[in-house]
Amino acid sequence: MSSESWLSRLRKGLSKSSSRLTEGVTAVLTGRRLDAEAIEELEETLILADLGPSMASRLARTLSQKRFEKNVESREVLRFLTGLITEVLEPIATPLIYRSDKKPHIILTVGVNGSGKTTTVGKLAQQHTKKGRKVMLAAADTFRAAAVEQLEVWGNRTCSTVVSAETGADAASLAYKSIEQAKSDGTQVLLIDTAGRLHNKGNLMAELEKIVRVIKKIDPEAPHDCVLVLDATTGQNAIAQVEFFQKTAPITGLIVTKLDGSAKGGVLVALADKFKIPVHAVGVGETAEDLQPFEAHDFAESLVGLEIEC
Amino acid sequence: MFDSLSGRLNEVFEGLKRRGTLKENDVDLALRDVRIALLEADVALPVARDLIKKVKSEAVGEKVLKSVTPGQMVIKVVHDALVEILGSDDIKLQIPLNPPGAYLMVGLQGSGKTTTSAKISQYLIEKENQKVLMASLDVARPAAQEQLKILGEQAGITTLPIIEGQPPIEITKRAMQAGSLGGYDAVMLDTAGRLAIDEALMAELAAIYAQVKPIETLLIADAMTGQDAVNTAEQFKQRLDLTGIILTRVDGDSRGGAALSMRATTGCPIKLIGTGEKLDAIENFHPERIAGRILGMGDVVSLVERVNESVEEEEAERLAAKAKKGQMDFNDMADQLRQVTNMGGLSGLMGMLPGVGKMKKQMTEANVDEKMILHQQAIIQSMTSRERLKPKLIQASRKRRIAAGSGTTVQEVNKLLKQLTTLNKMMKKMGKMGNKGLSRHGLSGLGMPGFPPGFGGV
Repeated sequence: MSSESWLSRLRKGLSKSSSRLTEGVTAVLTGRRLDAEAIEELEETLILADLGPSMASRLARTLSQKRFEKNVESREVLRFLTGLITEVLEPIATPLIYRSDKKPHIILTVGVNGSGKTTTVGKLAQQHTKKGRKVMLAAADTFRAAAVEQLEVWGNRTCSTVVSAETGADAASLAYKSIEQAKSDGTQVLLIDTAGRLHNKGNLMAELEKIVRVIKKIDPEAPHDCVLVLDATTGQNAIAQVEFFQKTAPITGLIVTKLDGSAKGGVLVALADKFKIPVHAVGVGETAEDLQPFEAHDFAESLVGLEIEC
Repeated sequence: MFDSLSGRLNEVFEGLKRRGTLKENDVDLALRDVRIALLEADVALPVARDLIKKVKSEAVGEKVLKSVTPGQMVIKVVHDALVEILGSDDIKLQIPLNPPGAYLMVGLQGSGKTTTSAKISQYLIEKENQKVLMASLDVARPAAQEQLKILGEQAGITTLPIIEGQPPIEITKRAMQAGSLGGYDAVMLDTAGRLAIDEALMAELAAIYAQVKPIETLLIADAMTGQDAVNTAEQFKQRLDLTGIILTRVDGDSRGGAALSMRATTGCPIKLIGTGEKLDAIENFHPERIAGRILGMGDVVSLVERVNESVEEEEAERLAAKAKKGQMDFNDMADQLRQVTNMGGLSGLMGMLPGVGKMKKQMTEANVDEKMILHQQAIIQSMTSRERLKPKLIQASRKRRIAAGSGTTVQEVNKLLKQLTTLNKMMKKMGKMGNKGLSRHGLSGLGMPGFPPGFGGV
């Protein structure tokens, strides 16, 4: 068999299988009993949503042990599956709560490059200023070109003060400076935006460690929230991201961005199971209103594709 | 991961080998482990499924069953299949024939388009001697145009002056005009990140594409992408005629299954990979490396070597059995000589052996040179096949013929004959002592025919 014909057939098969699977689980079960094949296809749907092979097979196993009626309706099976996932996610759905006793409430955002940290900071700023709080933005991303300018645009949009330094300046000292300034001018919420860093880069993670250390010099309780921003299109690497960032910074929760695309962000289920790490909010669009609290049940429904039906 | 995967596979196949027959179910069981490894590496499910189907037929084949380490052999089969999908001859970036040629950079938000635009521009300038103009069409993300401008300033690459409020299609027009007026070879167009399902933005992209007819339309994709890689790549491919994929953040620790998914879905080659934050951190794509990462192997080269080693192990075992009886012939000797040359000749081989520094000096004094092996090979090649099997046939007139045929002397032919006899005698002796050390030490245990008498059996 020539390699070319195989490749072209593979491609053809791909388009077929993916279009079939995008139709959702519902198609899998319509008018059929819950046999081994159906369970396998449900498992595959979960894998396609990035739950990862082990989490998916665990859920599938639970599903196969459950005795359904002989001619169970597909929707009922999906509801049951949704319930299983909700059970995993419910305990970790924790909104980001503003604490007025902290002056200021310091929120540090961290994450890999391109996950959406600056946009998330901008959205958070807008939400807080809308509630009449005095917000300050600290551009501790002193590496990426125009990171400061990007944050300044958000500062203008939300009428927040932006503290920045020139490119290449020490991020930790900027964070320090911003806290001092925030304390003196009565800022209620201080959002510190850091540079994107891959979690396997020792020197960059050491820099983050230093930022946290320096923040704690001023306020041992700070940062009051340390948010890891995670791109929903990320696959199983998210597990390594959480693991490494947790080692370096006191991560209090996740914000999952870009959930408005075709990516389902199912790796969250694996994360919830493994780390019990809270999920604060999800980003579902470019405007500030699109940063929404994380709802375990809604999220579970979208993972199994139930929301299309109901 | 690799060790555990191959370990598990070895176990499965060991059990099966003892039974003698391999059933489809058994192979399925073994391939399940491979499938999980692929899915953990974020290879898209349909791609993983088809790959497994393809390797299955090979996995039940003789090659695997007869192998000393079937688990590793299965991985090699999978690995080769991965490389086959990932690989491509057409990996170089197109260089504009009718300047200015446009390079269109597209992708999701945060995939690394702006940084990559600057990286590729610098690559074109330095490696291909192109005059490049960069322009950002990203009016959505705050300060995105600013970012490209600053990167341009850092690297000394010209960027199109920013005009506030100009829509992307107008910027494109202006960029192409500036490109031809300024005598640029290439115009790098950095577009705004967009979701593949965003109809309005995708239509805008299609319009830009139609306007400039780029020579390269590159999808910039994050190596950490999960199952969605297939959807994204497919949808971009539907709207634009993608010519290649650039994988970014390969310096992270993701297993990079997205590369395979996108390559398989779109058929577009992966042209370059981003391996760091600095502008020169862009490299050519090596399919074997990504294939190795997908399988969770640290270094694939070592695996392939290991497999090859095991093949030679079998060979060595066969030889050892023969040697034990003192029945080595010139075919065996030729094999050994070939192995020596494969390993980089005598000096290369000597360099690999510990504690031979002193001997090396002695050898130089004894005039042992690289040509000696060539001469010995030539002598063996000048023999008939019967002579190689039965060295005793070689008497005076045959010796003269062989010497003339190989361009050597009768003395040298004699020397080689004597070496074989000595070797066989020695082997017979050692065989009586037990052959444990023989197969393990392979070549060195068998004595090196390339060495003058006295050096054999070092």
